[in-house]
Amino acid sequence: MIRTPLRPLARILRARETGENPDAIERENLRLRHEAMRDQARARAEGRLLVLTGIFCLAFALVGGRMGLEAASPPQEPRTTAFEADISASRADIVDRHGRVLATNLVTHSLYAQPHVMIEPERAARELVEIFPDLDLERLTRQFTDPARRFVWIKRRLSPEQTQAVHDIGEPGLLFGPRQMRLYPNGPLAAHVLGGAGFGREGVSAAEIVGVAGVERVFDDYLRDPANAGAPLQLALDLTVQAAAREVLEGGMRLLSAKGATAVIMDVHSGEVVTLISLPDFDPNQRPLPLIEGDAADSPLFNRAVQGLYELGSVFKLFPVAQALDEGLVNPSTRIDTRGPLRWGRFTINDFSNLGPSLSVNDVFVKSSNIGTARIAQMIGAERQKAFLERLGLMAPTSIELTEAPTARPQTPSNWSELSTMTISYGHGMSSSPLHLAAAYSSIINGGTLVEPTLLRRSRVEPGPRVVSAETSAIMRGMMREVVTGGTASFGEVPGYGVGGKTGTANKPGPRGGYLENAVISTFASAFPMDDPRYVVIVTFDEPVESTGLEPRRTAGWTAVPVAAEIIRRTAPLLDIRPEIAMPARNGITAVRN
Amino acid sequence: MRGIFYVLAALGVIGLAFWAYGETHKTQRALAELRQTQAEVSSLREALGVQRAEWAYLNRPARLRELAELNFDGLGLMPLLPEHFGSVDQVAYPAPELPALNQPVETFGAIDGVTPLLAPRPGTDTPQPEVMEP
Repeated sequence: MIRTPLRPLARILRARETGENPDAIERENLRLRHEAMRDQARARAEGRLLVLTGIFCLAFALVGGRMGLEAASPPQEPRTTAFEADISASRADIVDRHGRVLATNLVTHSLYAQPHVMIEPERAARELVEIFPDLDLERLTRQFTDPARRFVWIKRRLSPEQTQAVHDIGEPGLLFGPRQMRLYPNGPLAAHVLGGAGFGREGVSAAEIVGVAGVERVFDDYLRDPANAGAPLQLALDLTVQAAAREVLEGGMRLLSAKGATAVIMDVHSGEVVTLISLPDFDPNQRPLPLIEGDAADSPLFNRAVQGLYELGSVFKLFPVAQALDEGLVNPSTRIDTRGPLRWGRFTINDFSNLGPSLSVNDVFVKSSNIGTARIAQMIGAERQKAFLERLGLMAPTSIELTEAPTARPQTPSNWSELSTMTISYGHGMSSSPLHLAAAYSSIINGGTLVEPTLLRRSRVEPGPRVVSAETSAIMRGMMREVVTGGTASFGEVPGYGVGGKTGTANKPGPRGGYLENAVISTFASAFPMDDPRYVVIVTFDEPVESTGLEPRRTAGWTAVPVAAEIIRRTAPLLDIRPEIAMPARNGITAVRN
Repeated sequence: MRGIFYVLAALGVIGLAFWAYGETHKTQRALAELRQTQAEVSSLREALGVQRAEWAYLNRPARLRELAELNFDGLGLMPLLPEHFGSVDQVAYPAPELPALNQPVETFGAIDGVTPLLAPRPGTDTPQPEVMEP
């Protein structure tokens, strides 16, 4: 580029000759030069802006394109994540309070056939029937040789041995699909709590496991939620305690030739159900089908502890006595008229044996006087009795986490007359489940705060709303202890554990109204150690007979109480409770000081 | 000057592209390895689940009880009962060790480390001192 001088000599000279101002030429040239510079700068700036626009456009196009690509591509599991974020596809385990497995999964196979690729359908059918005797040879052969069929389910679950045996047939048309199987390693132990599981939607390569009953059903969503990353569901149940209690209860049921039996052991403060047994029970690995005809209560699927609504008899006497004490109507030494029989309209109330003209409130409870309790209930009145039982949770289904629980609504008289008040005070005319009883007893003896039964492990529980005062609770504990030391439950004494309780024997209602003479529900509602209760133990037998004596004995004192005592003797050490050992007196001088 | 810069930049781009190509391959290899490892982990977990199930099955209380009953002669296992609890003073103190009697000389007096209850006498066997309340 040739630079134009500002004062070109030729033009200056010519200007001087013509008398013009040469400075004008310089200014003119300067202006031209500035204009050129300005144009150049503008062009450059425009170019830069263009480049910048291009870069921005490219960047946005890149981001947008990437977004579009991500949105359009099929989703993919992140492969580079750490193990903590591992997603577990299988159903979570169920464990007991110490982490022992109650339910887990096992990988097995299902067996299906594709007849169109089979080589020797008849031989395959024959050999399959040899492995699985329950299969029908004719039907299988027909299905295998039917040219229209392309798919046949044969078995849903195979054991590893069966899988191998099917492999050994060597038929290419027999195929395996992977299957998850729910396994309950402890068999019938805790069957009613766990319930069972079955297959939901089923495909060739997978089938979903769904809970059918019990906690498997209630916590189905939790157990199936992959976000839990396989964290097990921890129950309050204690496997060893459950096993020991079940052994004792089963032995007791056989000795007493009872139709059924239940045992509930519950923490009186937290409401954690440590043991829940209902006999007869079943194996949740092969959950039986519900009965189609007959009484559902006779099926092993029936959970007597939760669903079984019985008139529980004298164990209910705790409630009117506690209420009367709490409301200040009586004190433990108030005399109650117990002259019998007590007539009310056409109805007579009798005691098991004549207990004399009057008893103190304490003795009414300890000697289990129906007449005395009915009189106390009369003092309380229907409305207040109903309100108290409601506060104890005896009028509504329990909140325990079982599918059966909401169906077990206690049966109460539709018309709560004064007679109902009197009969309910000693446990007739109103039915409730053993679990209701466990919760109500816990609420009264734990210091007087309401307890809600739960199957889940709880670390710490705030005390519930107050039901009775702490003093009433202490008095009731003393009375329950006296029932064992000198009352109807003398077989209930377990040395070192200070057991207290209340017996109850109630005649079963007959199918056509009235009560059966020789069929009773005998219950022992107990707790230990009575000076500071930790656990409440409810044992109930359906139609027990103790036949070692001259005549058959059916009262709870002869049936439920000894079994409950043995359960406490076996389970208390497992529940970390030391017996209070009376120190032997030492010989000689121990410590002498001047 | 500018030409050298362009050449260097071009070489740099080629080098970087080469490096990035290598890295991509390495990543893909690592991912494939990871996939394989994860498959292995999940199959091992499955196996672990089977082992745990089997452990739980073999340790089911009913079986353990039967085993304990079958082997009662050898093991003598019993259910835990309240009678098995004791107090500390029901446990015997271990007998204090006494120095060997090398030189049976009749002595009277205290032996180091032993409460002066019974001095060993010549001719008697290892004496069993009683422990009294201090």
